[in-house]
Amino acid sequence: MASATAVDVPAPPGPSARSRAGGKRRGLNERKRARTGLLFVTPFALVFVAFLVAPLLYAFYLSLYSKGLATGVVFAGLQNYATAFTDPSFLKGVWFVVRFALVLIPLQMIVSLALALVLDAFTTRFARFARLMIFLPYAIPAVIGALMWGFLYSPTFGPMQQIANVFGAQAPFLLDPSHVFGGLMNVVTWQWAGYYMIIIFAALRGIDSSIYEAARIDGANAWQIAFRVKVPMVASALLLILVFALIGTLQFFTEPQVLQLVSNGTITPDFTPNIYAFSQAFAYANFNYASALSFALGIVVFIAVYAFLFFTRKRGSIFT
Amino acid sequence: MTTTAPLAAPASTTAPTHRHTGRGPGAARRRLILPYLFLGILVVYFLVPIWWLFVASTKDAQGLFGGSHGALWFDDRFALVANLKQLFTYNDGIYLRWIGNSLLYALAGGLGATILAVLAGYGFAKFRFGGRRVMLAILLGSVMVPLTALVIPTFILFSNLNLTDTIWAVILPSLLNPFGVYLMQVYTADAVPDELLDAARVDGAGEVKTFLRVAFPLLRPAVVTVLLLSVVGTWNNYFLPLAMLANTKLFPITVGLGLWQGQASANNGGGTSLWGLIIVGSLVSVIPQVIAFLSLQKYWQGGLSLGALK
Repeated sequence: MASATAVDVPAPPGPSARSRAGGKRRGLNERKRARTGLLFVTPFALVFVAFLVAPLLYAFYLSLYSKGLATGVVFAGLQNYATAFTDPSFLKGVWFVVRFALVLIPLQMIVSLALALVLDAFTTRFARFARLMIFLPYAIPAVIGALMWGFLYSPTFGPMQQIANVFGAQAPFLLDPSHVFGGLMNVVTWQWAGYYMIIIFAALRGIDSSIYEAARIDGANAWQIAFRVKVPMVASALLLILVFALIGTLQFFTEPQVLQLVSNGTITPDFTPNIYAFSQAFAYANFNYASALSFALGIVVFIAVYAFLFFTRKRGSIFT
Repeated sequence: MTTTAPLAAPASTTAPTHRHTGRGPGAARRRLILPYLFLGILVVYFLVPIWWLFVASTKDAQGLFGGSHGALWFDDRFALVANLKQLFTYNDGIYLRWIGNSLLYALAGGLGATILAVLAGYGFAKFRFGGRRVMLAILLGSVMVPLTALVIPTFILFSNLNLTDTIWAVILPSLLNPFGVYLMQVYTADAVPDELLDAARVDGAGEVKTFLRVAFPLLRPAVVTVLLLSVVGTWNNYFLPLAMLANTKLFPITVGLGLWQGQASANNGGGTSLWGLIIVGSLVSVIPQVIAFLSLQKYWQGGLSLGALK
């Protein structure tokens, strides 16, 4: 962010040649320039207002009303929010994604960081091949990733049961109530770890290798270089991943939605807040309540991530 | 920590001749075993589902549910060609239509989002205007708004305008890519020197010409990255088209496969094994994207490290 704010410093008076041209003309030029800048930004700004600001405001507006069979649409104030935050279905979903994030994010970060460090340390052909293969799942849409794992988990024709059969054992069904947490975690980790690995790897590649040389001369060994030099230098990449993973987990939808059908009822229509809002809207046509859920979810995620970034930026600035 | 001492010793003695620790002979080869084992196991883990998808695509329904060599190896009967024929003809070739829809949505949405992002990024990075800082702050905040929270209200808005169940219901919301604008703004600020733009203006080039002839060529790597991210993001999208579309002829491939899965679970295939179609359909739909990923890898890396720098 340092450079972004540096750019923001009140525009310098400009090259001396231009300032000699006379105050009036320069002011005119600058105003014209500002208008041009606004014109470049306008198309995006329109889309931003139409598809981000307007839906959010509209969701908030809708959430203040409720629709009853006898009463019709009536103003309900914050009643929908009071209902949401005492609704066991919604709270259960929120609790699930929070627990999921608390386990998933550290796991994913450790896996992707370990992979990136190993891949950065070895520049052999096998390492290059491994890097591509580990990144590959990111190229596969989440729907198809979830479908594939659904097949692999299948007790009737998935390989897990067949491998277990060899040992005369019963493979666990990873979508039953006691394993679904791990089963979903596996799908998500498989899908995203390679992407996170590439982000860290790219950051590692950006480090000037003379720093390693200097550390080596100072007597640091390979492990010390990895953990004392490399990891701190990719801290901003790790932060980026953390934010991505946090946003992604809190809006968990596609994987449980796809696996719902093959989970024998484990994944319910209130499994995550997003699925719950979706089923409230489209299965029960309860749009006012669904809007309240959407808005509450959006605001909670927004505040959580913003607070998190604010908190870590302060520490980060001491760090670097 | 005790194991690190023998690792470090050869590295320090060979350091002057070998720039990278992984390249020494003998001792270095032994040093490779553990990391290679680690990588090898993980490569297998990441490839197993894809391997399974390929193998399962070559099986007929009978082989799929009770094959002679298990789920991870080919069956005695090789039915890939028959499966493909069935995939492309089932339900009057609806599969190809879904692929076509996905292409349309991804290209229209992705290209549009990229154009908007490049223009806005340039505007934010190279011009000073009132409200610029506030707009940038809002932009940065909006990167963190979960897009799925927007789908349901957008659906209600669109249904008031009678726009749901049309291609616009998918394409228009896909034009929104705040992260792309952020990436372009960061990249433009670094890659396009103000002096170059001023020189072009002094030479009499208008603002549009300055942008197209001077700035745009310098932005090309970031443009490719943002284009890839937006196109793939739209192609992979599931929640938005699922909510917006009811007419199966407008479905993109992700929602189409989901529909088949629902029908297969409810056993509504009408005699056809939909499970087999889902599998071979998944395989065919990921092939172009996998090729694009592997061949355009450097653009991914470039763009991603760009985001990580800030």
